[in-house]
Amino acid sequence: MSRRVVITGVGAVTPLGVGSEPLIERWSAGECGIEDGAGRCREFDPLDFLSKKEARRLDRFAQMAIAAAEEALGQAGAGEALPYEAHRVGCVIGTGIGGLPSLEEQQRKLFESGPKAVSPLAVPLMMGNAAAAAVAMRHGVHGHAYGVVSACAAGAHALGDASRIIRAGDADMVVAGGAEAAITGVASAAFVAMGATSPSGISRPFDARRDGFVMGEGAGVLILEEADAAAARGAEVLGEIRGYAATCDGFHLTAPQPEGLEAARAINLALADAGLSAVDVDYVNAHGTSTQLNDRSETMALKLALGERAATVPVSSTKSAVGHLLGAAGAVEAIATVAALRRRLAPPTIGWEEAEEGLDLDYVPAARPLANGDGPLIAISDSFGFGGHNAVLCLAA
Amino acid sequence: MATEVSNGKVEEKIFDGLVELGTERATLSREATLKDLDVDSLDLVELAQIVEDEFGIELRGDDVKDVRTVGDVVDLVVAKAG
Repeated sequence: MSRRVVITGVGAVTPLGVGSEPLIERWSAGECGIEDGAGRCREFDPLDFLSKKEARRLDRFAQMAIAAAEEALGQAGAGEALPYEAHRVGCVIGTGIGGLPSLEEQQRKLFESGPKAVSPLAVPLMMGNAAAAAVAMRHGVHGHAYGVVSACAAGAHALGDASRIIRAGDADMVVAGGAEAAITGVASAAFVAMGATSPSGISRPFDARRDGFVMGEGAGVLILEEADAAAARGAEVLGEIRGYAATCDGFHLTAPQPEGLEAARAINLALADAGLSAVDVDYVNAHGTSTQLNDRSETMALKLALGERAATVPVSSTKSAVGHLLGAAGAVEAIATVAALRRRLAPPTIGWEEAEEGLDLDYVPAARPLANGDGPLIAISDSFGFGGHNAVLCLAA
Repeated sequence: MATEVSNGKVEEKIFDGLVELGTERATLSREATLKDLDVDSLDLVELAQIVEDEFGIELRGDDVKDVRTVGDVVDLVVAKAG
């Protein structure tokens, strides 16, 4: 008998606020958390979740992961104690870059004061697996625990890996998600240098005037559980990871394959993994970065993968409300997607006004109801990363 | 330049350093054990950096392997200075 993966808790820290509720409430209301050209989590205070000592041993991305995991585990009724034997619980948390602020700070100390000034905490602060390690240590997780690094697809890869770990029978619960806090001098300058970020500071995915992505930060964590085990302990089920697939363009360091061939394949494989087809898709949560290249190739991928259904399915981008959370994006967007399905409401692509030739999908300029009877709704959530990484989740709620 | 080493000054700097590393000041005393204060090997390396910056005294891993209390750390620094 095949094992199914359900979602029993979600937690988020985003530019729209601390918690998963502000994310979906405010995005659905058309509110944007981007200020001065960046999606910063201004309301996040690590000391709300960590002692001073714990906080100074974690980079900001890992601090945010701790906060998101706290909310998610609490919602799943697992905040005080894990509901399974600790070896049956895992923790997989993705990041695009890891502890970049810490790296830059230690680099500065090295240059200014020499090697003896470098902190012994430098490596544990900046390592890409720091968020997974910190969450696992805090909650006594003893199963699979590691970080996933695949640029802006990391959050989705983490959820996909986590669901596979459960389906394979290696765990009954996995704390999974993504975290990123890399709005630093080096990263900002580098994205500007490659022409990826928006000079206007406006994130308007799929709009003809889009001029690049807006950097954001945050974390999203979901509690994934084997369906029968979750039912046996009476956990409330928020949604289900019905399918997952990953492909790689094998094409260019940063540019997506222009026709979205491998992205389309990932969408089709995720649907096949779920035992579904294009006509079953009620909503698409797009990667939708607001870059010229992504939004065009993603539109082509959706047309290729979904055929006629692409013309009518609502497609919106969370990045219009929070910017691009890089390695946290896939996880935060999975949370937003499940919430959208549960509310039967497609949140908007904020700021979408002007169509461009060929970019002719329904990009949901204003939030609108998703209606498809009383049964569970089905969504596709796309995540694509530099390096050509494509990770697609098929979610139901 | 390095601050002159006296028992009182070292104790003050060690206490301040531990607070900077996240220890509650109210829990500090010469008799408090590093174990009870949750001061681990990483903290000791950071504390050694603070001591070296302040007093110009270098503490190595071997030096601190037998320290048990905050007072032991203070005495060690004073002894190394002597």
